[in-house]
Amino acid sequence: MRRFVCKAAGWAQKRWNGHQIADGPDGQVWNIDFTGHNSLTDDLVFRSSADHPQPLFRVLDPRGGVVGETPQMDEELARKMNTAMIRQSVMDGILYEAQRQGRISFYMTNYGEEGTQIGSVSALQPHDMVYAQYREAGVLLYRGYPINDMIAQCIGTIEDKGKGRQMPIHYGSPEHFYQTISSPLGTQIPQAAGAGYAMRLDGEDRVCICYFGDGAASEGDFHAALNFAATLGSRTIFFCRNNGYAISTPAVDQYAGDGIYARGIGYGIRSIRIDGNDTLAVYSATKKARELSIEHNCPVLIEAMTYRGGHHSTSDDSSRYRQKSEVDQWTTGSNPIKRFSKYLESKGWWTSDDEKQVRDATRKEVMVALQRQESLGSWPVETLIEDVFAEPTKHLLKQRQELLEHMEEYAEHYKKKSH
Amino acid sequence: MQAVRRQAAASAKLAARRWGSTEINMCTAINHAMRDALKRNDKTVLYGEDVGFGGVFRCSVGLRDQFGKDRVFNTPVNEQGLIAFGVGLCVAGYDVIAEIQFADYIFPAFDQIVNEVAKYRYRTSSTWNCGGMVIRAPCSAVGHGSMYHSQSVEAFFSHCPGLTIVIPRGPYQAKGLLTAAVKERNPVLFFEPKILYRNSVGEVPDEEYSLPIGQADVVRSGTDITFIGWGTQVAKMLTAADELAGKDISIEVIDLQTIVPWDVETVTASVKKTGRCVITHEAPVTSGFGAELSASIQERCFLHLEAPISRVCGQDTHFPLAFEEFYLPSVPRLVEAGEKVMHF
Repeated sequence: MRRFVCKAAGWAQKRWNGHQIADGPDGQVWNIDFTGHNSLTDDLVFRSSADHPQPLFRVLDPRGGVVGETPQMDEELARKMNTAMIRQSVMDGILYEAQRQGRISFYMTNYGEEGTQIGSVSALQPHDMVYAQYREAGVLLYRGYPINDMIAQCIGTIEDKGKGRQMPIHYGSPEHFYQTISSPLGTQIPQAAGAGYAMRLDGEDRVCICYFGDGAASEGDFHAALNFAATLGSRTIFFCRNNGYAISTPAVDQYAGDGIYARGIGYGIRSIRIDGNDTLAVYSATKKARELSIEHNCPVLIEAMTYRGGHHSTSDDSSRYRQKSEVDQWTTGSNPIKRFSKYLESKGWWTSDDEKQVRDATRKEVMVALQRQESLGSWPVETLIEDVFAEPTKHLLKQRQELLEHMEEYAEHYKKKSH
Repeated sequence: MQAVRRQAAASAKLAARRWGSTEINMCTAINHAMRDALKRNDKTVLYGEDVGFGGVFRCSVGLRDQFGKDRVFNTPVNEQGLIAFGVGLCVAGYDVIAEIQFADYIFPAFDQIVNEVAKYRYRTSSTWNCGGMVIRAPCSAVGHGSMYHSQSVEAFFSHCPGLTIVIPRGPYQAKGLLTAAVKERNPVLFFEPKILYRNSVGEVPDEEYSLPIGQADVVRSGTDITFIGWGTQVAKMLTAADELAGKDISIEVIDLQTIVPWDVETVTASVKKTGRCVITHEAPVTSGFGAELSASIQERCFLHLEAPISRVCGQDTHFPLAFEEFYLPSVPRLVEAGEKVMHF
């Protein structure tokens, strides 16, 4: 039988009848535990997860009024969370425009998903490892990664710890336990399963969280990840940001079942669907997920239903495939920052002045950092061959030598100097 | 068989200088290297499909009993997941030996290997890396494997920067190179010619030892032609060399051992000495690793060459069951190539 018993909750319980079935298979060879359930049936019925849509767990109503049980949260934490959401939003606004002006080559915003990001990271420990996709910058910002360093990466200056090698928004930081972003979709998901397994073996108070979108969840890597994490027992929280779109592909073209939640169930993983734009719900669910993962040494899946408020990236114009009315409806009707602010205001923890202060301070901080980074140089060409291997090989040293000699001799053809 | 015995004799000499050695086959040698790796570092894990009970080729026999289910385990049938899981473990501070059941099945993991394993260090400026990973897979012809149990896949990966590829020719090399591969702080693809698991037997020191990665082995000295190959081809090159010696053609046989990064110095010194070169591998000739060697050697040794560089490889077909003996770069084809190159 399974070493780590992770029984999926859900609609199997409807068939429990309290009797031990005497003449049916016990399911052991198939790793199926029929105890307390029928193992045989006369019904020639075919079922689909689409028959049983799972409701969204939520604490706040769309306007921010409390309708569920609020988690324990003090004023300091709540303000820190709201501040981070607003800061991310302000930074996005300026850097998006900076791309339009040609000051950075590419950018992706997080509009509408601030709640999924900050609500979840705030419920974790600072040393819990994060594997992300690309629309989780708020997670890193919340943990204290400097805006200056983010912009350094976007421009690829000498202060970019990534040595200018990757496209913008491919952040990473060991100090903040945030794995460097890679462009291929979904590759991080089974890696997070491996990291969570390491954490189980290490036995420390630590989990790994993995963020990905509804589109990435179609990748083979996603399925591999969930199955591995469940069978091998990984302390991994799989956090799906279901924002309705994968570039232009709407959810109707991405899956036919009951979203990503049903897949968690399918792999035997404790799963929940939540209102991703309800920061309190995100916080509660992530906190609970972390507890479950450590207690049972198993993965947990959270499907956070949200909406991508902006375009996929600066290379996309979403007006080509969705109505502005739909965007407006979501931006006004289910706005994570507005809902959470409303909750804080009701507790006397936040005012519109606070919001203005945060916006103004952040705007200034981003502008100063942007101007500063634009004045800095980039990494020297010599670094081209570093980090391919632990030490550059003779092949690479020879190639670098040839390149530098070439750049010296043909210097007038190149903007960069060889030294 | 002659060639295999010669190998055994050479390593036995070495073994005689050490404390203890045993005559074992390549499968057992690999088992011992993995056992040593698991013993050396508590944070080393070994896993793959069917690895738990000992593996379909018996390479991991006894290891789960000795080191426990958390460290030696089965995974679900999923190669992309298998490799990616290892990335996460590596980055979390573990050393990983990941087994792909047949090299023919490594392709689902190609994205993870090329886009993640190989690039992890580069994209993080060495903040993190997958240097603790060794990916092992049985490769090459076995006599009855056909298209999906016989492939040699080194060329596909040789094109990707950041990967190290090692292929042993026998038990002594397998144990030493695998030990080195585990210790190496770069990700290594370790392809094991499956026909050698049982067929290749030799004296292997009982204690732990490493052989250098990136170093070729001149298995036989000669003056007329340099033969370069790896894995199963090494024994064939030696047999062909015996035959050619009977025709007064002296062959220098080099086992490349590490495909990437390959030993440029040893190879170019040899070709400059002999002036003639034959490269041989089972993989199809077009864009096989012989093509890279050929281009590099002629760049460096052009003025020393007496004849074009010759390649004796599989044809550009898929691996055929019925025609295996005609497809493979056999001893007669090597002898023919030697004669042609000599009399160019």
